Order: sequence, then C-alpha cells, then structure tokens
Amino acid sequence: MRRFLAVAILAVAVASVGTLSAQLNFPEIPYDATAPLTLPANLHLGEAAGVATNSKGDVFVYTRTGTPVITTAGSRNVSHNGSRLFQFDRTGKFVREIGVGVYGFLQAQQVRVDAQDNVWIVDQLSTQVVKFDPNGRIQMVLSRKPEAMRVPNLPLSVPADTYALVARPPAPAGRAGGGGGGDGEGGGGGGGARAGGPPPGAGAAGESFNRPTDVAWDSQGNIYVADGYGNSRVAKYDRNGKWIKNWGSTGTNPGQFRVVHGIQIDAANNVYVADRDNRRIQVFDSEGTFKTQFRNVGSPWAICINPGARQFLYVSNSNPPNNLDYDGEILKMTLDGRIVGKFGRAGKLLKEFGTVNAIDCRTENELYVGELGNWRVQKVTLKPTATGTR
Amino acid sequence: MKRWLSVVVVLVAVVLTAHGLAQTRAKAQNVPEIAMESVPNFFKMPENVYFGESMGVATNSKGHIFVYHRRDDTRLFEFDENGTFVKEWGEGIYGFEFAHKVRVDKDDNVWVVDEGTNMVIKFNPEGRVLMVLGRRPEAVEGAVETPAGDPPPDERYLFGRPTDVAWDAQGNIFVSDGYINHRVVKYDKNGRFIRKVGSNLRGTEPYQFNTPHSIATDAQGNVYVADRGNARIQVFDNNLVLRAIYDEVGNPWEVCISPGPHQYLFSSNSNPDANPAASWETSGEIYKMELDGKIIGKFGKAGKALGQFQTVHGIDCRNPDELIISEISAWRVQKIRLRQTTTTSSR
Repeated sequence: MRRFLAVAILAVAVASVGTLSAQLNFPEIPYDATAPLTLPANLHLGEAAGVATNSKGDVFVYTRTGTPVITTAGSRNVSHNGSRLFQFDRTGKFVREIGVGVYGFLQAQQVRVDAQDNVWIVDQLSTQVVKFDPNGRIQMVLSRKPEAMRVPNLPLSVPADTYALVARPPAPAGRAGGGGGGDGEGGGGGGGARAGGPPPGAGAAGESFNRPTDVAWDSQGNIYVADGYGNSRVAKYDRNGKWIKNWGSTGTNPGQFRVVHGIQIDAANNVYVADRDNRRIQVFDSEGTFKTQFRNVGSPWAICINPGARQFLYVSNSNPPNNLDYDGEILKMTLDGRIVGKFGRAGKLLKEFGTVNAIDCRTENELYVGELGNWRVQKVTLKPTATGTR
Repeated sequence: MKRWLSVVVVLVAVVLTAHGLAQTRAKAQNVPEIAMESVPNFFKMPENVYFGESMGVATNSKGHIFVYHRRDDTRLFEFDENGTFVKEWGEGIYGFEFAHKVRVDKDDNVWVVDEGTNMVIKFNPEGRVLMVLGRRPEAVEGAVETPAGDPPPDERYLFGRPTDVAWDAQGNIFVSDGYINHRVVKYDKNGRFIRKVGSNLRGTEPYQFNTPHSIATDAQGNVYVADRGNARIQVFDNNLVLRAIYDEVGNPWEVCISPGPHQYLFSSNSNPDANPAASWETSGEIYKMELDGKIIGKFGKAGKALGQFQTVHGIDCRNPDELIISEISAWRVQKIRLRQTTTTSSR
C-alpha cells in the first residue's frame, strides 16, 4: 500500500509538472480587448468557430448559429443549416452574409483569407473546404458532403451505407472489421485499419476529409488541409485543387497526430501543425518532412502566424468547453519555438477567453480571437513592453 | 434526564415519520380558495403568430412580457404591458432548441433556460447576448439522449437539461439542473462556479433532488427549489445550506416569489401534461404562501377553459395580485387577477 501511494504521488507529481500552468512563468503581455462586431437586430453570433480578416481589414466570422436541421423520412436523412458566414467592415459594422443556404454549411470549424482575399471556410460536419472569391462567389470545393448524414444515435443495426459520416475516433488497430453491424466504418474516407491498408488516420488518397479543421497555403498557392478529428493527417493539393500527397496517421510519434486542429505556413513555407491532443506543435517542410516540434504550448486549439518580415506564432492553449478554471491563455512565440509572452485566461468577461477556436493575426499585436464558449469575437491589442518582444 | 430523553425520542420519531411520508404526504387540507378571474383576450397576436407550448413567462420593470415557448422552433416573444406583440428575440439563435424557462433580472436583462441545448443565455435589455452558461453539444456528436441508467458525473460548467435560473442581490446566479442532473449550481455574476448542492443522482434525502424543476430567491438571498419529483420545496440559505422543507403543496412544477416589502411564494401543483385519468381531481391548483411556508390560499384547477390551467409551467408574480401564467398543454398564457386582495396593509 505504501509503495502504491508513493507511486501515485510520483505519478501526480509527474503529471503536474507536465501541465502547462506549471511551466508558464513567461512574461505577461499587457493587452486590451473589445468586442467590436455589431449585428442587425435578430442576427446573432453563435459559437464563433472561425474569424479572419482580408487585406482591407474586413472581418469574416464563420459561426455555429441557427439550428442544424435533419429532415426525417425520405430515402435520406438530410441535414442542412447550422452555420453562417458573416462579413463586417474594419470598424465592426455588419456588411453582409455570404453563402446563405449553401449546401455545405453545417458545423462551422474555421475561416481563413488567402493572399488574394479569397475567403475559405472549413466545415467539420459536411467535411468540406469551400473557397469563395472576394465577391462571395464559390470558386472551389474540396471534399464532398455525404449524401446521407448519419442520424444521431441510430441503432447500430442500421446498414452502414446509410451512414456517410463517421464522427467517432478511429477504432483501435485490429478491431476494425470486427463486430459487424455497420458500426460506422463506411464512407467519409475515415481511416479504418484494414489489413494491408494505410495506418489508422492516414485517410484516403484524394479528398474525402473526416471532420477537417483548418486550411493554409504556401507561397506557390498550394493548399494544405488539417484533417482533423476523424483523420489524423495533413492533405496537400496544388493551387487548382489537385491532390498531391498526405502525411500523418494517428499516434504520438513525430509525424503522427491526435486531433489535427490547426495549420499555418510561414514565409519560408514551413508548415506548422497544431497537434492538439498530443499537446504540441509539429513543424514540417512543405513536403511533409518532420523538422521539429514545440512541446511547451499546452493544448493548441488555434494557431496563427502573422505575415510580414517579422513573423510570430500565436498559440491558444484554450480551456476545454466544460471548464473555466484552468488554461485559456494565448502564447506569442518566435518561429523557432521560444515563448515571448502570454496573455489572457479562461473566463466570460471581456479580456477573458472561452475556448478560443480561432486567431487572426494579420497585424502583429492586433488580433481577432473567436471563442466557442462565449459566442464572441474579441479584438485584442497587445502592448508589448520593450523587453517583451524585441 | 429520562424525561428529556423520551422527548428526544418522540421528536426523532416525529421527524422520521414526517420525512418518511414526504413523498406521499397529503396536501394541506381546508386551504382557503382565492377567487380569481382570467382576463379574456389579453394577448394580441399578429396574424399567423401563435404560441406553442408556453414554457416560461416573465415581465420586466416596464411591464413588458416575455414568453419563451415551443412553436415550430423554440421562440422568445416580447409583448407590451397591454399584451400587444412587440417583437421576437433571438430568432434562429444557436441556443434556442427546446424552451424551458425565461426570467428577467433586476436590471431587466432577459435570461432563458433551454433544456434542448443545455444552455442558459443572458440577453441585455436590447436583446444582445451578454453571457452564456453551459454548452450546446456539438452537432457532429449527434443527439444526446437522457441516459437510462446513472448519468455521468455532473460537471461544473455543463448542464444536463437545466430547468430554471434565479439571482441574489449580489448578482450571483443559481441554476436548477435539471432532468439529467439533480442539483442546483451557484455561480458568481461573471459565471464562475462557486458551489453546488445535489449531484448527477436523484435522491429523496434532504439536499438531494428528484428533478429540481424551478428555482426562486427571496430578498435575503435564500433559495427556494421546486423539488418536483419529491413533492416538496427545499429552502436553502445563500450558501446552499438547507433551512426548511415545505411538503404540503403537491408537486411543485413552478415557483415564483414576488418582490416588494412583503414577499409571497407561489407554487403550482400542475396537472401532468398527458392529463391522466383522475389527475384533474388531484392537481392543477396554485398555492399562495408566506415565505415561511404558511399557506395563505389556493386558486385555479385543472381544465381547458379560460381560468382553468393545463400544466402550468411559468408564473410571473411581479404583481402578486395580477399574475401572468403560462401553460404547456393549452399553448396559452393567461393574465390572472386574484380577487381576494393580499392582506398586507401596505397595499
């Protein structure tokens, strides 16, 4: 018993050393925050999953609002609605809604704006990445929304081909294919561990995403998709959407992921991947060759690299949606993984953060932050001291 | 000494007996009937605007009336003090899925409790969201069913089909939670967890609940919890220490405490929503009580006619002589005038 206790105490000690809070003796960066976005009457933000700005300073928010509807009866259980894309001007005034009634807007996950001011949304539930041009017209669609959405909590005896989306973690290796009953190993390209097939989470060659989370581009316009919850990979496409390669699978080794939750690319075309549940950021070259990893970032829910000559990496160690009592700070880092400082904590007040899911950092020290927990976008202005960042 | 002991034994026996009978204890007898009338055609609705199941009703300081109800989608309507439709709030908002309650705080913020999304939402008087508590399960996770066995442990910042919300003078927030959890949670005014009473498990002991279905606070910050399944109101102090149990008023579906120097407690022994046979004879009345539990009188009975009640689910008692009462199964909100005026000399 005594030995057991000692082991337990040791385990607790090790675990607590492993938490970010124990390591976070970094400088606090002074900052202010406002909630500048204003909407017309009876239009509301829901969970602000994505926020991004274009070159004019317009703000785009991809938000989970409205009510996802599943129509019952018929040959398919079709779901629609559930998320909306709003545009605001640089002062926060509402400009317009984009993509009203679009086929793939189900559960907002992210929005990003590329160098040409195209607006890209990532939808976790329709599994799609959709590119809008600056006028709000659709230019490209990656992946396909499953024809028939899995009806939540359908009995497992329902044939697998009525499922298309598998919203479950990958089955442990060796279990897949057993059990029968169509427990969701069908469609979606979800990485089943079939004998001789790719490892779990590697995904299919091509498009089919499984709960994708983010999108980024390199200087040639190649497209990189973080995919995601269902798969554990990065998928790379050329500027025209032609598949080039995948990398990654489910696991904890370098080059493996557990919940790929964000992706960013620096000016030298290094690819930074938020490997959320492995509590690290992995850095690859543009071909997917592992270069390094940053293990001092907590649980990276959202990452952003600002453009320009002096680039920094912002990382949100977001609090989980079920707790306000720990985590929640955002880190400012150099691209080689050194932490410059941190700011914020979990909470509901202004300047506090409720499960940050998105950071826009077009301008260093002037960020937009999208929160799931507080249905809010905050504009954060950092006031770094002379010793803070320089 | 022997006499003292025997007194103790008798007292204990009485307490145990009373407690053992708590769920089956007969309602109070010979309660005076309070005469009342229902104001006909009080609400003026635009064409093609309807109430659905009217779960919650509350007024603000201007007398405007908010009704949170289940129509096609869950909706929040505002009416003026004359019952004229003003506008809809929160149309299509992420947290509206299955209405349960609306309340207005002292600063005229409007709070809704939604048992479909497991959220409590605070709107400012202009109808913008100021704060949300709890979190809607993500669509990608599918529907969340009420578990058949024991639910998972309750969490500080998540709800399991919450039912109601109340505040004390400091702005601390009390949430009754609910159908899956069986507890009351206290948060500070910024939404940070302070403490709770009850748990994920239902129970019949003091400090336990079986579907805490409604909650109200008095001016001293005491917390009155409608412990519906246990047929009792549990009264706690501001730190959630038990002070009293009132168990002679049937199954409290809804409680409301009026403001002002002399506060009253209203509690509805609502008839069950499926109107099982004989239920109209044993339920449907609303009790008017002193805060200490003394029953002043009762009014109303189950029925579908105007002036009768079909599963009362919301009571607004800003004016204790003029109540606004929402019903689930009649798709209706009634304005009720109590004829027998209150006995306070101050009125």
